[in-house]
Amino acid sequence: MLDDHTPSAEYGKRPSGRVGPGLGRHGAAARALLRPWWFPSALLALFELYTRTLAKGSDSLAPPSAALRAFAGAFTDGSLFQATAFTLASAALGLAIGATLGVTLGIALGLSKRAARLSVVTVEMLRPVPSVALIPLAMLVFGFGLRMEFSVVAFATFWPMLLLTQAAVAQVDARLLEVSQVLGLSPLQRSLKIVLPAIVPRLFIALRLGVAVSLVVAVTVEIAANPNGMGYAMMIAQQSLDPALMLAWLGWIGVVGFAVNAAALRLQRWVARRMGAVA
Amino acid sequence: MNPAQRSAWLGSGAVFAAFVALWWAASHAGWISRVFLPTPEATLASLHEGLASGGELIAFMLATTARMLQGWLLASLMGVALGALIGVSPTVRATLQPTLEFVRPLPASALLPLAIAMFGLSPGMVLFVVAFGALWPVLLATVHGFAAVEPRLVEVAHCLQLSRAAFVWKIGLPNALPDILAGMRLSMTVSLIVAVVGEMIASQPGLGQAILLAARAFRASELFAGIALLGVIGFVSNALLSLAERKLLNWQSP
Repeated sequence: MLDDHTPSAEYGKRPSGRVGPGLGRHGAAARALLRPWWFPSALLALFELYTRTLAKGSDSLAPPSAALRAFAGAFTDGSLFQATAFTLASAALGLAIGATLGVTLGIALGLSKRAARLSVVTVEMLRPVPSVALIPLAMLVFGFGLRMEFSVVAFATFWPMLLLTQAAVAQVDARLLEVSQVLGLSPLQRSLKIVLPAIVPRLFIALRLGVAVSLVVAVTVEIAANPNGMGYAMMIAQQSLDPALMLAWLGWIGVVGFAVNAAALRLQRWVARRMGAVA
Repeated sequence: MNPAQRSAWLGSGAVFAAFVALWWAASHAGWISRVFLPTPEATLASLHEGLASGGELIAFMLATTARMLQGWLLASLMGVALGALIGVSPTVRATLQPTLEFVRPLPASALLPLAIAMFGLSPGMVLFVVAFGALWPVLLATVHGFAAVEPRLVEVAHCLQLSRAAFVWKIGLPNALPDILAGMRLSMTVSLIVAVVGEMIASQPGLGQAILLAARAFRASELFAGIALLGVIGFVSNALLSLAERKLLNWQSP
């Protein structure tokens, strides 16, 4: 999370000890625990009210309670797991390919100043191409299915992994590289034994970003073209005028995205702690 | 430019030229089918034809750029305004931030079906999704920038008895500017992506629709021309923004 609740950086409230009147410590703790919940609950309640009264019987919107029922339906008939597994698998596969290529090339460009200089124009010409522009090309080459999706994900995750790895290698302690020179290590040994372990904490920061990108791109490919996965399930629910199911998928995509990102963040922090780095 | 820099650029350009030569060889020797990989000449010819006067690519490019810029400007204005409202009050921040953090990883394109259901297949619908998707990076960056105001500056503002509005204008926004600009850069990328996807799904005139139709008709050279133009839009917008960032943040580096 981005927020570091620095209590002193508030405005409008004087920092002079303002003790919560009335409520005891337990009350305050309960309030702090509930605080994240009341805004989304109020929003959902309003939406429920709106869709049950003014927009009753609408083809485009449905009350959250109906979406919950539709979700239960997708849960019991197994379509939920199938679509989720497809999306997550293609995102993971694409990320694995993009990250492997990006990290390998990133280490090479980070270690050799000359290679980095020589690649500047090529990288700067290809990097700004928006990943979704490759959807039609991937469709042409691979047809629909897993391969077109993970190839677009791989392209999208390749660039951040490449640049972040290159930056991470540039920050490796120069003495470590001198040691590898004294030991007479070959470039490959130097990369595997000295550089790679040294950049692991930063690699996982890059990987966290890659995870977020891969999931977004996978869902986008499904919405734009690929008739598989969560994005397509949502698209087809809209086209068959089933707003409850569509909203159920939207909520589920949100939950999956949040869970995957939270897991990636935990993994990154755990690695950083294990490697003794301050991340 | 000194000689060392010039030789670096020349070498780097030569590497790029080598890649193009490889592309030329691959398509001419038939290593990769020309259905997928057109020759560089054919791509250039498509570009030339589309960009010449009366060509349709130039109109598509302008349409996509306009969509991206409109969505991005809307998102930036809304993002900074909402972010300032949320960021200036710790109570509001603590209440809303968990919800914002939950919505953030949601792919912007996932809102397209909902927007289609609500607004139909219209240009306004695409603009709405572009603006909505591009809103989050700016909004969260602004909130973060406000949360990270140096505590002593807050105390100074108290001593000067600045009003909340004056605090936002004189201390909050300048302090959050680096964060806001970084968020705006990210949101420009998001705008382009969502604009292209929106054009693909909602059949709005633009490069997104053009490349999808080219792929469906197996006109690979037009597809490559469209992809190249999208790359140009991404490159130019990013370059302009980093230039603006450097100019606007000049005062921060002593």
